[in-house]
Amino acid sequence: MAQIRVENLRKSFDQFTAVEGSNFTIDDGTFFAMLGPSGCGKTTTLRMIAGLELPTEGKILLDGEDVTFERASARDIAFVFQLFALYPHMNVAGNIGFPLKCQGMGRREIRQRVEETARLLRIEHLLSSKTSKLSGGDRQRVALGRAMVRRPKAFLMDEPLGALDAEFRHLMCGELRDLHDRIGATTIYVTHDQLEAMSMADQIAVMNRGRVEQISSPQEIYDRPASMFVADFIGSPSMNFLRFEGGLHCGDRAVSFHDTDIAVPEIREDRASAPLVLGVRPEHIRFTDAAPVRGEVFGAEYLGTNQIVTVDTAHGRVAARLPSATPVRIGETVGLEFHSERLALFDAGSGLAIRTANGGGARHG
Amino acid sequence: MTAAIAKSTAHSIVESTPRAKAVAGSLVILYAVITILPLVWIVATAFKSQSDAIAYPPKVLFQPTLEGYVNLFTVRTRQTPDFIAKLPPPETWYDKLVRQHDMVIAGPSKVVPRFVNSLIIGFGSTFLAVFLGTLAAYAFSRFRIPLADDLLFFILSTRMMPPVAVAIPIYLMYRQLNLTDTRLGMILLYTAVNVSLAVWLLKGFIDEIPREYEEAALVDGYTRLQALRKVVLPQAVTGIAATAIFCLIFSWNEYAFAVLLTSGEAQTMPPFIPFIIGEGGQDWPAVAAATTLFVVPIVLFTVLLRKHLLRGITFGAVRK
Repeated sequence: MAQIRVENLRKSFDQFTAVEGSNFTIDDGTFFAMLGPSGCGKTTTLRMIAGLELPTEGKILLDGEDVTFERASARDIAFVFQLFALYPHMNVAGNIGFPLKCQGMGRREIRQRVEETARLLRIEHLLSSKTSKLSGGDRQRVALGRAMVRRPKAFLMDEPLGALDAEFRHLMCGELRDLHDRIGATTIYVTHDQLEAMSMADQIAVMNRGRVEQISSPQEIYDRPASMFVADFIGSPSMNFLRFEGGLHCGDRAVSFHDTDIAVPEIREDRASAPLVLGVRPEHIRFTDAAPVRGEVFGAEYLGTNQIVTVDTAHGRVAARLPSATPVRIGETVGLEFHSERLALFDAGSGLAIRTANGGGARHG
Repeated sequence: MTAAIAKSTAHSIVESTPRAKAVAGSLVILYAVITILPLVWIVATAFKSQSDAIAYPPKVLFQPTLEGYVNLFTVRTRQTPDFIAKLPPPETWYDKLVRQHDMVIAGPSKVVPRFVNSLIIGFGSTFLAVFLGTLAAYAFSRFRIPLADDLLFFILSTRMMPPVAVAIPIYLMYRQLNLTDTRLGMILLYTAVNVSLAVWLLKGFIDEIPREYEEAALVDGYTRLQALRKVVLPQAVTGIAATAIFCLIFSWNEYAFAVLLTSGEAQTMPPFIPFIIGEGGQDWPAVAAATTLFVVPIVLFTVLLRKHLLRGITFGAVRK
């Protein structure tokens, strides 16, 4: 069990900078997800924490101890790979026991620990199987078993469910979280799948182009995105961005959006007139005839309990999540009313959120 | 259109017709016979008498004799029948066999030491080449090495010229270093030639092994070398076997350098076999016996590693 601290971590490969000045602390026992599109530096960060890659700059602290240039084997961290990396020349028990063999543990003790771990993962019946004969989920369990058996300080997982099919992924998500709750070990989980991150993590770090854009709880990330990137990346369909130009004053409760006033959460900073972006989640839109923002219905996607209706407005296409029962005719003109307390404002230039009563402004910790 | 489809489905591309199988089978058998025939002829010649061996038209059926082998393993002197008659009766079957031709065994020939040389030099250089090749290939495959591509090309360039082109410089160099006609010299030479092949072949195999395996081992507490030994090598065993066979075949059969650099102590089989012809007429059965003997180890080695070799050659193509 350990606290992991990353200070000014930077990694560049020749010309390309993969990770730029990351700073964060993961508290003991936290399930920490690193989320971002491919190439955002999340895996590189993870590999640096594991010791598989050396940082160009910065520090990595494990329980306060500087391990930046320590070799991987000395860090007492377990790593679960996307492709499982089960040793094909060993059976399941051999794979799970492998890390213990390295520590020079006796045969009997290894067997005992392997069996114990297998029981925890419910794979006791597979111990003598060949790894190539296993299903994807069982391979994943074996990979987890190999990580757990050593009782390491922390688990690092690199898209461990990436190779599984969708249905199974959902099941394993639940299993992983359950396992985490039972063991309580600090876990860093890298994924590009927002659903995995949102459903499992205590804390999520959203990364983009080598930078950590925001670190918060899943709810916080969804409700109060710190930047347009986070707002866009999280949520499906993603947040609608409506561009406008205007100035802001501390205490304002409305913005002037293309000559109409739109109520927003109380603004907490002064801004000279500049291009701004109003962020609206699809579920915070209602159709109201009287609303000033108007548009023509372009299409509707039926999703069972609700539907996603796309509306072409003068300021771009907007997606709204409406109850399935709401009647929608393609081509009809509708008015869009926004749930004012849940709106977000961004600076169009920097992409950063503007401080309001609904959050924003707060950057990663 | 419909006709075209009907035609294209008339035969399956997965299952071949019996006739196609028969044709393919006979072609393979024909090829096998053509390739194996010289070998069979050599094995047969080794059991012929000298006159049967040069008989024209060639004899397919003959009275087998071990003369060829006896001649290969012994040095004999010709004596008068009177002298032979005065000798005590022959002690062994081969003494008897030799005396029938008015000869007496003077001692063992040099075939055994030459054969031992071949074994030591062949397997020694193969082991060294594969060992060094594996380490180098692993490094090229896994680490960022400056100018890696140029280095790899440079390594391969040692094989681009015929051995004869470098024969004289190597001869002079070896004379300076007192390496001529030594086993060590030959092992080093063949290792140097084979290592390039080994690096290139093995790099391909190691590239195919996902890095995650050894990274998993590294995180699990192993050092780089332990990870290489316990995780990478067991998976590269196919490639290592295939590479070892290629290296052994080269160093086992190598003739040009062996003729130039060895004459006594470290002489290998390839330059030794032609010498047999010169001793006491053209003794083809003895040459054939030597050749048979020469082929045996490499056949054994290949058969032992055959499973790996076949998998090794198709490696990558069939890997899931």
